[in-house]
Amino acid sequence: MMRIRLPLGVILLWALVALLAPVLPLSPNAIDLPHILAPGSLNEWLGYDDLGRPVFDRLLVGGRTSFLVAFAVVGISLVIGSLLGTVGAYAGGWLDLVLVRVMDVFLAFPGILLAIALAGVMGPGIDNVVIALSAVSWVGYARLARAQVLSMKERDHVHAAVATGTPPTRIITRHVLPLIGAPLIVEASFGMASVVIGEAGLSFLGLGVQPPSASWGSMIRDGARYMLVAPHMVVAPGAALMAVVLAINVLGDHLRDWLDVKSQTLKDRGSKSPLP
Amino acid sequence: MFIRFFMARFLTALAVVFGVVCLVFFLLHLVPGDPVEVMLGESARPADRAALQQALGLDQPVHVQFIRYMANLSQFDLGISFYSKRPVRDLLLERLPATVELGTAALLVALLMAVPLGMLAAVKKGTAWDAGATGVALFGVSIPNFWMGPMLILVGALWLGWFPVSGREGIASLVLPALTLGTALAAILSRMIRSALLEVLNEDFMRTARGKGLAERTVILRHGLRNALLPVITLLGLQLGALLSGAVITETVFSWPGIGSLVVEAIHRRDYPVVQATVLCISTSYVALNVLTDFVYAWIDPRVRLGSQR
Repeated sequence: MMRIRLPLGVILLWALVALLAPVLPLSPNAIDLPHILAPGSLNEWLGYDDLGRPVFDRLLVGGRTSFLVAFAVVGISLVIGSLLGTVGAYAGGWLDLVLVRVMDVFLAFPGILLAIALAGVMGPGIDNVVIALSAVSWVGYARLARAQVLSMKERDHVHAAVATGTPPTRIITRHVLPLIGAPLIVEASFGMASVVIGEAGLSFLGLGVQPPSASWGSMIRDGARYMLVAPHMVVAPGAALMAVVLAINVLGDHLRDWLDVKSQTLKDRGSKSPLP
Repeated sequence: MFIRFFMARFLTALAVVFGVVCLVFFLLHLVPGDPVEVMLGESARPADRAALQQALGLDQPVHVQFIRYMANLSQFDLGISFYSKRPVRDLLLERLPATVELGTAALLVALLMAVPLGMLAAVKKGTAWDAGATGVALFGVSIPNFWMGPMLILVGALWLGWFPVSGREGIASLVLPALTLGTALAAILSRMIRSALLEVLNEDFMRTARGKGLAERTVILRHGLRNALLPVITLLGLQLGALLSGAVITETVFSWPGIGSLVVEAIHRRDYPVVQATVLCISTSYVALNVLTDFVYAWIDPRVRLGSQR
């Protein structure tokens, strides 16, 4: 159980910090000139950055940035992606063909290259980061939803619904979407990890949130210049980032196993499994 | 049969590349407001603005611009860089060898790390070795390049002084970037090798190999790993794309003079022709790599290319 409690704790802490950051007595932009680049001490755990700002406060505010971006991007791309994938697969014909071709084009951009180009062209800012990362992420959900719906279309209960004259929108919302939810949720949980890295990566390249706002990526970027004198500026945000990503990945693994196990027990009971 | 498979795959790839070209073309048109104003700043004189607009062909209707763009592209004319005033093609060709060098080194690093790790995890499945290898892989995928890079610089260059901090001079300067770029790939590859090998280990021919008295080492290496590598090759092709996009960040961290750092520099300088061309170059190489992987796979495994006959 320990293996799930620790990552769960990290995620809860991350969420708590993100939601409470605005009301906590933080001063991420307060400049304390005598303490420029000072390492951690009892008063200020993680020390100060190159402008004399407290690294700990900036770390918490940066956590809020990554949390908000991750939720926005995964939410937007999950909704758009599964909607397009479902409609394409269910409608079939030219609509599906167009969708597949468009997905192929988006998939031809490796990793976050498209996001880098989009964020670069649209200019920096948190809104543009969300747009750029969503433009990359939706394809994964669309592809998954499409594959799931294609297999779901041939199920008996869907045929039965069609035969009884149920309208397509009702078939999709009542008979298809509830059954393809599980794999999409697992995909979304891993998607959170890549969006967190993506946001930090864009901010690292200077294409994300703008100073003086804090992001873990931009903190690493600023700190990399002072690595020999103030390694804490790079170590702290990087460790936080890695802890969150690691925790999401571990939880995603558990979630996937758990959802699979559930379908297994249903099968064992002799009833028809709702999952492929 | 092979020719038909080849042609079909090739034509699909061409269609995708055409889509990519379109998307990249419209990228410039996504610039909020007037791209010319973004490039020159708000205080630019109207005459300069008009001149740049004409130089870019932005005074023409979109379809004319698109046709001109495609025509230029078909002659490998990628335009002139705003910043250095040199042909973008020359800039790309200058930077390409460094990226190829880094990518190859990273792939080598990844294979050297992943093959032993994946084999160890599969052969000693369920033991502490397996758990350890899984843990290492999990860390590998969770460490972002832009943190791993600076940490390696801190330890390997600043504290130990074994390697240069950045730049591209000699083989020593290649070590840290290749490690940074290769680690994530190594993590993913080791997981693939583990699961592929586990599947093969239960095959009948493995029992036969053991039964005729071969040494366990030979059984695993000659009969197990060889067959397990087949599915790994397909996935490796897809993962090379991640390597390409990882190169953008890794090259920036280490000031490695490749395509990846070129695209970031160009974005910061608002040098849009260079941004367009580099993005196009990276994604078409990715598509080409994928097609190549399919061919290699079909070539080694006859079941793939003959699949349509069944």
